[in-house]
Amino acid sequence: MGQNILEIVDLVKKYDGETILNGLNLQIRKGEVVVVLGPSGCGKSTLLRCMNALESIQGGQILLEGMRVEKNAKNITLIRQKIGMVFQSYELFPHKTILENITLAPLHVQKRSQSQVQEEACTLLKRVGLSGKENAYPRQLSGGQKQRVAIVRALCMHPEIMLFDEVTAALDPEMVREVLDVILELANEGMTMVIVTHEMQFARAVADRVVFLEGGRIVEESDPETFFTHPSSDRAKAFLQTFEFHKERQNHAEKQST
Amino acid sequence: MQDLGISILFRGSNFIRLLGGLWVTVRISLLAAGLSVPLGILFGLFLNIRNPVTKVIGRIYLDFIRIMPQLVLLFIVFFGATRAFGWNLSNELSAVLVFTLWGTAEMGDLVRGALISIPKQQYESAQALGFDTLQTYRFIIIPQTLRRLIPLTINLVTRMIKTTSLVVLIGIVEMMKVGQQIIDANRFEYPTAALWIYGVIFLLYFFTCWPISRFAKWLERKWN
Ligand SMILES: Nc1ncnc2c1ncn2[C@@H]1O[C@H](COP(=O)(O)OP(=O)(O)OP(=O)(O)O)[C@@H](O)[C@H]1O
Ligand SMILES: [Mg+2]
Repeated sequence: MGQNILEIVDLVKKYDGETILNGLNLQIRKGEVVVVLGPSGCGKSTLLRCMNALESIQGGQILLEGMRVEKNAKNITLIRQKIGMVFQSYELFPHKTILENITLAPLHVQKRSQSQVQEEACTLLKRVGLSGKENAYPRQLSGGQKQRVAIVRALCMHPEIMLFDEVTAALDPEMVREVLDVILELANEGMTMVIVTHEMQFARAVADRVVFLEGGRIVEESDPETFFTHPSSDRAKAFLQTFEFHKERQNHAEKQST
Repeated sequence: MQDLGISILFRGSNFIRLLGGLWVTVRISLLAAGLSVPLGILFGLFLNIRNPVTKVIGRIYLDFIRIMPQLVLLFIVFFGATRAFGWNLSNELSAVLVFTLWGTAEMGDLVRGALISIPKQQYESAQALGFDTLQTYRFIIIPQTLRRLIPLTINLVTRMIKTTSLVVLIGIVEMMKVGQQIIDANRFEYPTAALWIYGVIFLLYFFTCWPISRFAKWLERKWN
């Protein structure tokens, strides 16, 4: 893994005077997969939105390859092209076909040649198992298919880093896998990624590093094995416990049998 | 000849006169619609400005026009304004003015609705892909807004065509008035004239508005 591609220094983000991120520091190295965990409402989505300058920030700075990521920066559209983002709910453009959804930005933002972009889009669609859907409209696709298209749409811009914000949270359980598999494959290819997810198994499998966000800062960061087996902070322990239904059910059963 | 009331249509230039009346109706509606659409788009953008003052102004205008029956507006403009300010508005100009005021309000509300119905995520997805503001509107927001707007606009135009029958009350001789004149003039010769003439007027209205609303339906289905 190479040098830092993204650096977040003392980031402060407030909404209407309420501080959500409070002096947050985070470095992402090239090729690294960082999973961000934390309780609901702790600011994970906000952090990703700041990384893509969808939100203005009230303090600190975010640097992508040394360039400031800032909402009002002159070169912000250029910087955003280097950052691919996929959201929780399907944000495909409903009036465009799948192929057009993917090629719109490469054609009109990056001004690449139509034949080359279309060819790449088709190759990518094939890779995520969606050959033949080029001329379909988003409404004709399932949730899982739409999310795979959203990933392809971001990839077709050749981003340096990908941000995923709970991309499977709105999906039916049987569609979660097909989307996570695509992300795992990207990880194996060495794509730099920041992932917010509630799928703990997946987090463990895909992460090079887990960071735990609470109270506006990163309170714990470690490799996934350590994080999931020996979390050091009480908050992380409490958080992981919320995913353990199994154990409580057993205790309950034991109590009843005595 | 009583059983062949329909022949009243072909007496003299009756049918042509009816068509002339229809043309007055269509002319007023099209002029008013032609003005209302661009003005309404501007008004819709105005309604979307996030400013309490413009919000209140927009709201008052919209509610005023909506609450007032169009007939009252017609009377206010034609009789009231002419008397009060000494403006010398012809009745047709008054009609176009009133229907434009009304159409602008309605169209503005349609535009406002269409714009806010585009989810915020559409803007953000576009931004995240590197589109600037202008490109976001050009490729993402405006095409989607238009799709929602065109069928609604067409319905507004057909409503306008129908409502223009009110202008007879400020003395404009449109299709309904022409019809009445023909019926009155032939009261004794053709006792069933009313049935035939109003029947034809019904059909003329129908064939004016029907293709327009079919077209709207077709667009709606195509873009749904
Ligand atoms: N646009 C906004 N205006 C005001 N407050 C906001 C806004 N967006 C988010 N917040 C607040 O900021 C905090 C962090 O929200 P955020 O969506 O980043 O949390 P999250 O960690 O992604 O939560 P979840 O796991 O539920 O997705 C929350 O308290 C939320 O209410
Ligand atoms: Mg979130």
